[in-house]
Amino acid sequence: MLKIKNLHASVAGTEILRGIDLDIRHGEVHAIMGPNGSGKSTLARVLAGEESYEVTAGEAILDGKNLLDMDPEDRAREGVFMAFQYPVEIPGVSNTYFLKAALNAVRKYRGLPEMDAMDFLTLVRQKMKWVQMDDSLLHRPVNEGFSGGEKKRNEIFHMAVLEPRLAILDETDSGLDIDALRIVAEGVNLLRSPDRSFLLITHYQRLLNYIVPDYVHVLVDGRIVRSGGKELALELEEKGYAWLEQEVAQASAAQPVGA
Amino acid sequence: METTSTSTIEEFASQEYKFGFVTDVEQEIVPPGLSEDTVRLISAKKDEPEWMLEWRLKAFRHWLTMDEPTWPNVHYPAIDYQAISYWAGPKKQGDGPKSLDEIDPEILATYAKLGIPLKEQEMLAGIAVDAVFDSVSVATTFKEKLHEVGIIFCSFSEAVRNHPDLVQQYLGSVVPTTDNFFATLNSAVFSDGSFVYVPKGVRCPMELSTYFRINAKNSGQFERTLIIADEGAYVSYLEGCTAPMRDENQLHAAVVELVALEGATIKYSTVQNWYPGDENGKGGIYNFVTKRGKCEARAKISWTQVETGSAITWKYPSVLLKGDGSVGEFYSVALTKGRQQADTGTKMIHIGKGTKSTIVSKGISAGHGQNTYRGQVKILKGADGARNFSQCDSMLIGDQCGAHTFPYIDVQNPTARMEHEATTSKIGEDQIFYCNQRGISTEDAVSMIVNGFCKEVFRELPMEFAVEAQKLLAINLEGSVG
Repeated sequence: MLKIKNLHASVAGTEILRGIDLDIRHGEVHAIMGPNGSGKSTLARVLAGEESYEVTAGEAILDGKNLLDMDPEDRAREGVFMAFQYPVEIPGVSNTYFLKAALNAVRKYRGLPEMDAMDFLTLVRQKMKWVQMDDSLLHRPVNEGFSGGEKKRNEIFHMAVLEPRLAILDETDSGLDIDALRIVAEGVNLLRSPDRSFLLITHYQRLLNYIVPDYVHVLVDGRIVRSGGKELALELEEKGYAWLEQEVAQASAAQPVGA
Repeated sequence: METTSTSTIEEFASQEYKFGFVTDVEQEIVPPGLSEDTVRLISAKKDEPEWMLEWRLKAFRHWLTMDEPTWPNVHYPAIDYQAISYWAGPKKQGDGPKSLDEIDPEILATYAKLGIPLKEQEMLAGIAVDAVFDSVSVATTFKEKLHEVGIIFCSFSEAVRNHPDLVQQYLGSVVPTTDNFFATLNSAVFSDGSFVYVPKGVRCPMELSTYFRINAKNSGQFERTLIIADEGAYVSYLEGCTAPMRDENQLHAAVVELVALEGATIKYSTVQNWYPGDENGKGGIYNFVTKRGKCEARAKISWTQVETGSAITWKYPSVLLKGDGSVGEFYSVALTKGRQQADTGTKMIHIGKGTKSTIVSKGISAGHGQNTYRGQVKILKGADGARNFSQCDSMLIGDQCGAHTFPYIDVQNPTARMEHEATTSKIGEDQIFYCNQRGISTEDAVSMIVNGFCKEVFRELPMEFAVEAQKLLAINLEGSVG
């Protein structure tokens, strides 16, 4: 479903991603792990289309279409969803109003009729249960005054309503206590299906106890240095990232390291 | 990359003004110039009684001694008051049209185009409209129906003829002829406007509305509105305005006086969409307006304004809280883009005991727009237990615009309670990206974020006008992003 080839990206002239290759098939869950500053979140944001990142080489093909040629809103309409690490507040715009506008924008793009208020409400009520979200969060402005846990749950709730083909979770576990983590993970697990793929960006193995990945990739210094099954995450939990970083440093000792 | 995002947002100014057409109608325009003769001419055109002419002349003589204010935070070339025509109106009016059949079809078509049908069968349900075209009120709808409950809703000229006692009692009682440069000029040369009287204990059964249209070239519009809500009465009033696109600047200097007697409530809403000039600042309306209300005991006056047009806006709808327990409110959204400048706010003067006022001001600046909030809250010695809450929020779109806040607070009574909050925010790229990531286009995102910012004000508008106001903002924000 998603084929990433030789992806290079920089921000403000500094290269962060230095040749990423990744192949995600339908229904698979891939976890990207790595030390701070390795480029994990950059990968998520580049795929979602954030403008401050410049793609200097490579491609990312989603079911035959190059994502990197599209505006961020069209990527979303094609079925790419990113759960933000720091969800943004939009004062004065209610969560339901926002979500209805989003869903209908997506539906319009796909040639579907707009969903009316009644059908939308039915859908929303059903999806709210998945993340045990409080009714009041529907009517409050998007993320305004939400606790950290509520914000993350709201992201998964958005995902449940928008039903993406590719869901990217950018450090969704950060800042969550164990109960909130479990609720978020259960929501994600309910969304797993043969036609939906996941890219989980995480620093810690903890999340992967709840959302069990098919593949784990380790990102160091803008490159995937190791890929494996879920047991790789456990190995990292035990040994940390330092040994992998050292390996990379030794391997590239012959060539100058980028700034 | 940062420059890209800024420039996309800056394309804000480029979109067109929808109401800029000119109506081709036979008009009578007096030659430019201002003297006592001009004042006499206007008064004669309107067939006014002697007392009205005297009132005007007194104002005019005082105006000659006044200087144009220079303290507002707006910049414009000097206005030549001798180059303006002080009277323009559709020809063959005589006493004004007796029925809608007598109105020039071109004018009816103009209002229809503006979405204000005046024909009986197409009238807006639940809203009575007074349509003012340049210097003349061309039609007032639902007059009879209102008359049944004793409400007077007519053009100002008609009120002078048919209700001289009320006019003489209240005209200038809130904004005296000597008040300020523009109000005094208006007092001398005002042409037409609306008059409302709601009798004791009557709740006006529909929204009253005046729609002002400037059409003639090189003319000024000087309308005068007087609304009186007698004891315990209630009225909600809406004012809308547009003008053709012209390269010259046009002056609009209006005066609105509200009188809320004991226990009465007046809700006054404005959606101002005068032509703002082009993106380089050529043309547009200079809007210098004095709006003020006076509250007797337990009365309430609420101003709500959505200001999206005009090259220059200079306007401070105010409330004199004279009676004990009276309430004043001011809710404002002001949008400046292109080269627009707005210096607007309110004055709340607490005189009576236990008086309360609320100020919520939302300023949005984009392009090279300059937006100033200027507000005064004054608590006089006798105003025991007076309370004020002020909130002034500014939103900046792009990095060429400006927001300024000048709150003046003068408290002479130690029991008063004052709260003041102010924020300035920018529409963040992160907010827009968040919306994009959910499938929402950048244009819709900006409009959604701005509407969210203005929500506290929009909810004060009558339902359908709140929808109109949201659309108006969306139209004005069109093309703001690429």
